[in-house]
Amino acid sequence: MTITAEKPTTAATGRPPVRRRRRSLVTWVRGGGLGALLFLLPMLVVFTAFSWYPIAESVVMSFQQTNLVTAPVFVGLDNFRTVLTDPLLWTAVRNTLWFALLALLLGYPVPLVAAVLMSEVRRFRGLYSALAYLPVVIPPVVAVLLWKFFYDAGPTGVFNTVLRAVGLGPLPWLQDSSTAMASLVMEATWAAAGGTVIIYLAALTSVSPDLYEAAEIDGASVWRKIWHVTLPQLRGVLLITFILQIIGTAQVFLEPFLFTSGGPAHATTTILLLIYDYAFAGTLGGDYGSATALSVLLALVLAVFSAVYFRLTRSWGTL
Amino acid sequence: MNRGLLSSYDWRRPVVRRTARTVHAVLLVLLFLVGLGPVLWLAKSAITPTQDTLRDPLALWPHGVDLSTIATAWTRVQIDRYFLNTVLLAAGSWLVQLVVATTAGFVLSVLRPRYRHAVSGVVLATMFVPSIVLLVPMYLTMVHLSLINTFWAVWLPSGASAFNVLIVQRFFANLPREVFEAARVDGAGAGRLFWSLVLPMSKPIIGVVSVFAVIASWKDFLWPMLVLPDPSVQPLSVRLPALQPFVELDVFLAALAIATVIPVALFLVFQRLFLRNDALSGAVKG
Repeated sequence: MTITAEKPTTAATGRPPVRRRRRSLVTWVRGGGLGALLFLLPMLVVFTAFSWYPIAESVVMSFQQTNLVTAPVFVGLDNFRTVLTDPLLWTAVRNTLWFALLALLLGYPVPLVAAVLMSEVRRFRGLYSALAYLPVVIPPVVAVLLWKFFYDAGPTGVFNTVLRAVGLGPLPWLQDSSTAMASLVMEATWAAAGGTVIIYLAALTSVSPDLYEAAEIDGASVWRKIWHVTLPQLRGVLLITFILQIIGTAQVFLEPFLFTSGGPAHATTTILLLIYDYAFAGTLGGDYGSATALSVLLALVLAVFSAVYFRLTRSWGTL
Repeated sequence: MNRGLLSSYDWRRPVVRRTARTVHAVLLVLLFLVGLGPVLWLAKSAITPTQDTLRDPLALWPHGVDLSTIATAWTRVQIDRYFLNTVLLAAGSWLVQLVVATTAGFVLSVLRPRYRHAVSGVVLATMFVPSIVLLVPMYLTMVHLSLINTFWAVWLPSGASAFNVLIVQRFFANLPREVFEAARVDGAGAGRLFWSLVLPMSKPIIGVVSVFAVIASWKDFLWPMLVLPDPSVQPLSVRLPALQPFVELDVFLAALAIATVIPVALFLVFQRLFLRNDALSGAVKG
């Protein structure tokens, strides 16, 4: 390490260039530079092949006509034109926004309320958080297939049986385009809420007790303490989970793919499902150009949210 | 004691105490129903004959217990093979992720070459890119490398996790540098430093990366489905949806239950890792 640090001084002396280079190469190797590079090799290889190169390639491919047989041809903005004029795109965008909105309405308040209540639990708090988190570790495919059975639209379906017990239903759940999306969101919320609860619980423990005490001296009730102390103190974390949820819901794939395959009547076709269809569901090999064009467009939109998220976590030191 | 929203004065008021206890009891019941309920239902239905499950899906106790469904799923539906595939995929992904993250973290935080900031930068930058962008180019790469239907197609890309590199790098940066300097003075090379000092001191972070690597691999669906079209090499997550139409309900539910056992067991054993806040920064890549 110390020898590498001396390199600039060696370079500054007025020796002939060839000799200087050989000399500094030797010092570089002796100083462990080569060893460091060897240690970095696995990461460099894996990231080049499976992250940096594919990212660049995806931008290039969005301007190309590609299939597995012939050499790729540059087609300018054709792919973007195809994608943007596809009537299904706007259906998919609308569905994805609808999913995101429902997920916000349904899924955003639930973990917050649960976490605020759980933070006051004095005994068995571990049990509470373990129960809340359990759905998160169930493999998503298993969860979806299980819920698919629960969602059986017949009067003897599991959820319809429950509804009948309280005098409601039966609901068509996944069978009808008006209830299908909400059904997907319910399962997705169930599967993800536990992770958010844990995040909020951690944030709640870092709220300073002094603030609560100050509020009590001013005679604040429990509700006012929640409104004027707890929620403002959670502002940053609430924004982070909000952005994470937007990024996550914009990329929803598993639920529409396995529950409904985008149906009924394209009511649950999301952007990711459309990308998948372009690339892998075609009968005559994939339309890889359109698929990458659409994914690049989606990535550009999401990059804005990612950048905000990154700045927040950086400055909050939560990483 | 560390106080929260309610003060000790609040807790002494009967109204508050009673309300809080009631709310907490209701919450606990709800969490049992919502969190544990589906898992218990799956466990029960896995050993209940199809007819009973269909006739009365919410029966608390199975009419007749039929353990043969598990055996049927395991052997006749070949869940054993898909289970083994899942384990092999998880094990390989775990190893690749661990090798990549620890060696990279070692260089960036312990050896600290001058180009380390540039490297960290381009690794971090990949966190901005949603993984969907990688899907098509990576698939075509796998086709060109003839890695389709081999486990390598799943193992290798799993290593390209910026999040792993980041958390390992952060952990290594907090290790005491004096130890490394002393070892260097005693003539230890980089290899020795890595194997005999850094790795033994890093069991906590290796544990975190390992558990999350296994769980993530167990959950993965889209990528293995694309690169492993041959059913004989597919993991459970890919195979289960495909099997559904051909398998009787009780056997299918038994298969679902088998697929759930390992992740739930890992969770119960390593609860602390999951229930700390580490998940926050990892969630961005979905």
